[in-house]
Amino acid sequence: MAVEVRLPNILRPMAGGEASVKAEGENLREVFDDLIEQYPGLRASLLTPEGGLHRHLSVFLDDDDVRYLGGLDAKVTPSATVTLMPAVAGG
Amino acid sequence: MAVLVLPRECWDRIVAHCLGELPLEACGLVAGTTRPGWYPEAALAVVSQVYPASNSARSARLYTVEPADLLRADRSAEAAGLSLIGVWHSHTHTPAYPSPTDIAQAPDPDWHYLLVSLADSEPVLRSYRVVDGVVSEEPVAGAV
Repeated sequence: MAVEVRLPNILRPMAGGEASVKAEGENLREVFDDLIEQYPGLRASLLTPEGGLHRHLSVFLDDDDVRYLGGLDAKVTPSATVTLMPAVAGG
Repeated sequence: MAVLVLPRECWDRIVAHCLGELPLEACGLVAGTTRPGWYPEAALAVVSQVYPASNSARSARLYTVEPADLLRADRSAEAAGLSLIGVWHSHTHTPAYPSPTDIAQAPDPDWHYLLVSLADSEPVLRSYRVVDGVVSEEPVAGAV
């Protein structure tokens, strides 16, 4: 089942300029794998070299931060919207 | 050099939030519209909304915009026909200039980075662009 994945400005050039794309998967890891298969340029921004969630990326499943839903193991429902946002930090 | 238009009421809200969060660094997001110009100096970014956010780092030296606040601001801006165009944060004891941490972690080269220094008796607000590690200050104009 395909879910909507909303991309922040900074990642859109790597997805053909699209603000929203579709990706298949029953959990976030599968969704990311499908997203990366479609747009290989996204990999470095989404995942660490070890395959974990990139720490400079915030991911939401509808309104919920996936850090509290099991991270990449979070289950994804067909009607869900995955929203990616850059971590905004500094000092 | 593009100009950032920051209405007085937005400036007031930003500074009030920064003062209210002392002794910790404060942060928030700005939304508005951008208009490219025929030449770089004619570009205009107009701030229409400000979104004070929680600093999840809870630090006097670091800030992290609480992700849930970032999501809410993004959705609110979109609903209003605006885009998030930047972030502000305070420097409690140092000048209103991006630190090496600010430069290294700047999330979007299209964004405007507002710094509020509370080092002196009067708050100082400046705005910058950070592109590929290069910092350039931009004029901040108050709307009439």
